[in-house]
Amino acid sequence: MTSKASSMAGLAGLGLSLYSGLSQAAWELTFQKPATRLGQEIFSLHDWMMVIITIIFVGVFGVMFYSVYAHRKSRGHKAAQFHENTLVEIVWTVVPLVILILMVIPVTGTVLAMRDTSNPDLTIKTTGYQWKWGYDYIKGEGEGIRFIATLATPPEQINGKAPKGEHYLLETDRHLVVPVGKKIRLLTTANDVIHAWWVPALAVKQDAIPGFVRDTWFKVEQEGIYRGQCAELCGKDHGYMPIVVEAVSAEKYSKWVEEQKKLMAAAADDPNKTWTLDELKSRGEKVYAANCVACHQATGKGVPGTFPALDGSKVVMGPKDVQIGTVLNGRPGTAMAAFGKQLSDVEIAAVVTYTRNAWGNKAADMAQPGEIKAARK
Amino acid sequence: MEAANVHVHGAHDAAHGHGHHPTGLMRWVTTTNHKDIGTMYLWFSFAMFMVGGAMALIIRAELFQPGLQYVSPEFFNQMITLHGLIMVFGAIMPAFVGFANWMIPMMIGAPDMAFARMNNWSFWLLPPAGILLTASMFVTGGAAGTGWTLYPPLSVQMGMGMDMAIFAVHILGMSSIMGSINIITTILNMRAPGMTLMRLPMFCWTWLVTAYLLIAVMPVLAGAVTMILTDRHFGTSFFNAAGGGDPVMFQHIFWFFGHPEVYIIALPAFGVISHVIPAFARKPIFGYTSMVYAIASIALISFIVWAHHMYVVGMPVAGQLYFMYATMLIAVPTGVKVFNWVATMWRGSMTFETPMLFAIGFLFLFTIGGFTGLVLSMTSVDVQLQDTYYVVAHFHYVMVAGALYSAFAGVYYWLPKWTGHMYDETLGKWHFWLSFISFNAAFFPQHFLGLAGMPRRIPDYALQFTDFNQVSTYGAFVFGLSQLLFLYVVLKTIRGGEKAADKPWEGATGLEWTLPSPPPHHSFEEPPILK
Ligand code: HEC
Ligand SMILES: [Cu+2]
Repeated sequence: MTSKASSMAGLAGLGLSLYSGLSQAAWELTFQKPATRLGQEIFSLHDWMMVIITIIFVGVFGVMFYSVYAHRKSRGHKAAQFHENTLVEIVWTVVPLVILILMVIPVTGTVLAMRDTSNPDLTIKTTGYQWKWGYDYIKGEGEGIRFIATLATPPEQINGKAPKGEHYLLETDRHLVVPVGKKIRLLTTANDVIHAWWVPALAVKQDAIPGFVRDTWFKVEQEGIYRGQCAELCGKDHGYMPIVVEAVSAEKYSKWVEEQKKLMAAAADDPNKTWTLDELKSRGEKVYAANCVACHQATGKGVPGTFPALDGSKVVMGPKDVQIGTVLNGRPGTAMAAFGKQLSDVEIAAVVTYTRNAWGNKAADMAQPGEIKAARK
Repeated sequence: MEAANVHVHGAHDAAHGHGHHPTGLMRWVTTTNHKDIGTMYLWFSFAMFMVGGAMALIIRAELFQPGLQYVSPEFFNQMITLHGLIMVFGAIMPAFVGFANWMIPMMIGAPDMAFARMNNWSFWLLPPAGILLTASMFVTGGAAGTGWTLYPPLSVQMGMGMDMAIFAVHILGMSSIMGSINIITTILNMRAPGMTLMRLPMFCWTWLVTAYLLIAVMPVLAGAVTMILTDRHFGTSFFNAAGGGDPVMFQHIFWFFGHPEVYIIALPAFGVISHVIPAFARKPIFGYTSMVYAIASIALISFIVWAHHMYVVGMPVAGQLYFMYATMLIAVPTGVKVFNWVATMWRGSMTFETPMLFAIGFLFLFTIGGFTGLVLSMTSVDVQLQDTYYVVAHFHYVMVAGALYSAFAGVYYWLPKWTGHMYDETLGKWHFWLSFISFNAAFFPQHFLGLAGMPRRIPDYALQFTDFNQVSTYGAFVFGLSQLLFLYVVLKTIRGGEKAADKPWEGATGLEWTLPSPPPHHSFEEPPILK
């Protein structure tokens, strides 16, 4: 066994970053430290259950291993021939039933608490996209704030070309900022396939289902940063759509809301402005990098057989309205989602213009936000 | 009356039986003999086990450390999907059908299975399905990358590999249904005179119940995947909210199949164990009657617990509570079985040949899987554990340490009967100990990974999960390689070895041991008389 193990280690040594990860040795044996009351309750429920299970386990296998030791032929033990005992059989049907009932009572309480989403202080909607999370603050302080949070880990770290950072794969460009001590109701939905919003320390996991809205809630007890991930297989980059929740004090939260409001006002695009080709192209490159590269790739070449190339695509080079329609409404039944709700008119105009003029594509024309607005109708 | 007919038919076959059977390849293609077909099932299942195992090793190699080393995320998703489908439908299920074919006629004193030609057909459907599944890797877009659960809308996004998987599932379903009809008819109509249902060997009981489960749920699965097919190609919207459908409906249908499926795999495994433990404890099985009732109640309850796989889809709280209570109820009959096995060992006169080692390994590890199942049944705890490595650990304890170990126990137990030779006991024990240690190294740490927050089905992970993943990968590779030893032991036994007596195990009971080893072409030409 050891020789196989060491040859396996040798094989792995060929990997680019052998040292990576080893620095952060962590042999965690149980749940992450819970940051919500419900999380604590679940934690202690689990412990309590493990105690019962261990007792039963030791009991049953104690008997079995004693028997394995004592009732063996090599020790000259002669086999008894009994093969039933009604009383014993009734006892070991009824006793487990009673134990189960005792176990289930406290669990029922937590289930009811978990599903009670009434009277929230703040309501936030999260939307799962392939492969990022969108957040809309829809009710309570901060109403109107919306943004999309994507993976912040650079591809070099994933491909082993750079050392991995401390929060490898569990870091996003924007954090979901929430106040501590407030009941947050989280609505979940999705744009394309089913995702699941999960932050272990908050003891929250809820599927995000396209076309439906579900809800859950949490109330963070301590300031801090809590990290989680999408928990439902959602395609290629399922492993790369993390969630970062930043819980801050009420004051800090109000300050954050102020800042966001200002930033949003400053960033809002003038709807009447006419854009130049270069402006649209450079804006479009950013939109493309944030929304399209995961599938169509930075090179525009796509992934053969799965995601079509936009470089040289007849749709991209063809009439503008068809291309705009594709981006706005997506292609139902394929991974090409409708971007109409995610992106503004300016952003869609920009990305359309960019793709018409990037790589080998030389349409040399552009789409103005006004055209997108018209196409939406 | 029907039974009588079947017997006459059997006798007729026997009269023409020997002498002019095709040989070589044609023997296997045209065979209607239950032993030949059983053998083919078992070899097919082993071949699939190797293919699915190779995929598991690709998965484990990629997960040896964080970062993407060997495969792309798309390919990783295809591997987890095919690994699951192939192991469940290609390896474990056919293995137990193989046992059923070999053993049921011999256990009940029949010459062969009731529908010999259909038996041939239900086997020969398997290879095309296996080929469809494995070949789907090579078409444009690759195999389905959805996980074996095939959830839409993701499965609607997939390429042609998805359609191939759907057709494979259709074919496998047909094969299972035909196999089940055959098994039910054989058991109900072809028992030797005097073998009442309550004297039926336990393995036959488990298969009788399993066969009914299969007939009940395989059409449900076929329906679900057909709806995906029409959503994909014919403009329906069963699972598409934009067209008035609901993606969660698929999950309800899938798990209505999927949960009984767990017992379709587990029950025949229970059956094998119920033969091996009494044989090596030299003591009759404890609580035969309660075992039979336990099997039946497990099967019934398995139909009403499906949504415990779906605690986080957002069903009403009443639904969550109901499914939690119902699920916990299964622990009671399952517990009864475990207690009965331990009571069978109690005050026996035990020896520990390889089949017994695997049976004890089964009992010990399957119970761990049962306990983690109990933890998972608790809705609020499950919300933390759903779709994590904890679940992966749980079902591998049930499927590998449960079903697969039981299959190993069965192979070692009946191999002398099948081949007429004793297997190499020393190598058999090596196989057990290597498998036992490496299995635990591979899967026990996954409980901790899940608790600490590692989702399943990801090709890459955060740094704090590295250590346990490495242990798991070492374990998986040793486990995989140990199975080559198993292959070697089996081949060696087929080719020669100490001659096996008709009843090579001192404590074994049952009609199969009254036949010569290896048994004649038609198992019982004259029905044996049971006293
Ligand atoms: C989740 C993966 C994914 C993302 C992200 C994505 N696409 Fe697509 N896209 C697809 C797929 C798959 C198709 C092919 C659909 C089909 O089969 O008809 C496609 C098709 C297209 C087409 C039509 C190409 C042709 O030749 O038919 C255009 C144009 C397009 N996408 C633009 C975009 C733009 C612009 C973005 C970013 C705003 C984007 N896509 C983001 C997956 C994606
Ligand atoms: Cu996701």
